[in-house]
Amino acid sequence: MQATVPRLELRAVSKRFADIQALTKIDFSLGRNEIVGLIGDNGAGKSTLIKLITGYHTPDEGEILFNGTPVTHLTVDAARALGVETVYQERALADQQTLWRNIFIGRELSTSLGFLRVREMRRETQKLMVDAMGFTSTAITPDSIIKTLSGGEKQGIAIVRALHFDADVVILDEPAMGLSVKETDKLLEFVRAVRSAGKSAILIDHNIFHVYQLADRVVVLDRGIVAGEFIPKQHSIAELMEIMRQIAETGSTSLGRDIASSNGDIS
Amino acid sequence: MTPVTAAPEAIRPDPGSENRDIRGFFRRYAGQAGITVAFLLLWLLFVLFAPDTFLSGRIYAAFAATVPMFAIVAIPLTLMIVAGEIDLSFPSTMGLGMVGFVLVWEATGNVSLGVLAALVIGAAAGLFNGLIVVYVNVPALVVTIGTLFVFRGLELVIIGGRNVSLVATRASLPHRLLVGELAGIPTQLLWLLVVAVIGWVFLNRHRFGAAVYVIGDNRDTADLMGIHSGLIRILLFVIVGVAAAFAGILSSLFIDSFFPTVGEGQLLPALAAVFVGGTSVFGGKGTIYGTVLGAFMIGAIAAGIIAAGLTGFYTEFVFGLVIVVSVSVHAIVQRRVG
Repeated sequence: MQATVPRLELRAVSKRFADIQALTKIDFSLGRNEIVGLIGDNGAGKSTLIKLITGYHTPDEGEILFNGTPVTHLTVDAARALGVETVYQERALADQQTLWRNIFIGRELSTSLGFLRVREMRRETQKLMVDAMGFTSTAITPDSIIKTLSGGEKQGIAIVRALHFDADVVILDEPAMGLSVKETDKLLEFVRAVRSAGKSAILIDHNIFHVYQLADRVVVLDRGIVAGEFIPKQHSIAELMEIMRQIAETGSTSLGRDIASSNGDIS
Repeated sequence: MTPVTAAPEAIRPDPGSENRDIRGFFRRYAGQAGITVAFLLLWLLFVLFAPDTFLSGRIYAAFAATVPMFAIVAIPLTLMIVAGEIDLSFPSTMGLGMVGFVLVWEATGNVSLGVLAALVIGAAAGLFNGLIVVYVNVPALVVTIGTLFVFRGLELVIIGGRNVSLVATRASLPHRLLVGELAGIPTQLLWLLVVAVIGWVFLNRHRFGAAVYVIGDNRDTADLMGIHSGLIRILLFVIVGVAAAFAGILSSLFIDSFFPTVGEGQLLPALAAVFVGGTSVFGGKGTIYGTVLGAFMIGAIAAGIIAAGLTGFYTEFVFGLVIVVSVSVHAIVQRRVG
């Protein structure tokens, strides 16, 4: 019974910015143990959808449910408390600050009066660098300034930060952007590890190959609506690319959809 | 030199020892070392060119008495500039707070109540700035240029432009605590020390300061990561307002008179202290240590101008120059070092 309740569900959610209708009556669900690929052209509404789930934006209409319970007034803090962690496309790092400060932005280890446990944060960061990021170079320390690092290293920090805080739902917004081939492999490995740890993930990626390799289900957004939903395993990658091309051109696809309505949980 | 020695480094058993790595230490404190060297060089220069002035104790007693008047505002102002905001209205807040002091003290004869009234008005003035900057979303630079005149104008209207003698407060406990002497040290210097330590702790060792750095570095990051940037920025304006009112009290009690012009002439040295101290005009970077040294450098420059036989008219010229030069130098260094 419990297992059929999606971890996260959006029901008829709409969002408008001034005169742009970013999302219209979106139904979306994310099951336990599931990786959902979210694809669509620029401006399709992917980032807006993510920012609704993370509590950064508030929907104009519709409901957001976590584990079957509707959550009103979802804030960034509340979403985090519910186990949502995001690796943002723009990485959400503070460039002039140290590595350890970036790992702990907004939730520094501190005493009840808010005084920082600096030593503890440095130590945790060092541990994460070696264990999770695989930084073995002594050139990078917890006191390194972010802007001195490479794109891949920065992305690694953003990912490890999300991982560190025991997330139930990991959202990855173009995580492979600016990564080398080797770094990308590591990233794919990490996303698989999220699933095998019993967590869920939403993956936004322009690269259909990544999505094809990782996602259990693919949701295609187009101009603010859900234009299709597919199970990658039931299609060849060529078919998926054809579907995407059709949707980009016409807003719909002759190949239909695998799933009639969002009911999540296919694990 | 060889990979053999590099390998054990990578799996160093005690990660904490990484912090004590000497190179890392210098990298971390390079900015503060720079300002310390500049401070010492400037002092040597003054000793060389005006030995009579700078080798006598009296000049240092004068610094101890007068530098705190603007340095006490420069410290919260440092946090504010690190967060990417600015408050140019604080000289008028110093005056407006003193109106509260004078009216309450005249009505009740109680100096402590007067102090309290000034601080509350300072907080309210800061809150006003902060609410407009955050909720109306107008750049702080513009808002606080406006309120610089609004607060001064309000002060003059309420007090009718009169001067008030504060000689009668001299025997009171607040007077002795605020601008008295302790073991020969002017108490305002001790207050500066207290404000500096509190400022350092909150900037470097508290969640508040952690938020301040991130907000100044990249406000989008702060918001995405759940920092309440609006609230923190409003608080910064309130804190600067309270500090300004406090500095207004110190300046007035020190000369035992309230002049409606109190605070005028403090804008330049306070800003100069912050920028000389290495705080980035672009936000995200800055230290309390730098500002404190910067404040004493500014004090020394003011004294040096007089000691060098130039008229006081040069002070504004030099302070202005100091701001432009230090901001430019830091901008260039930042671009080079990356």
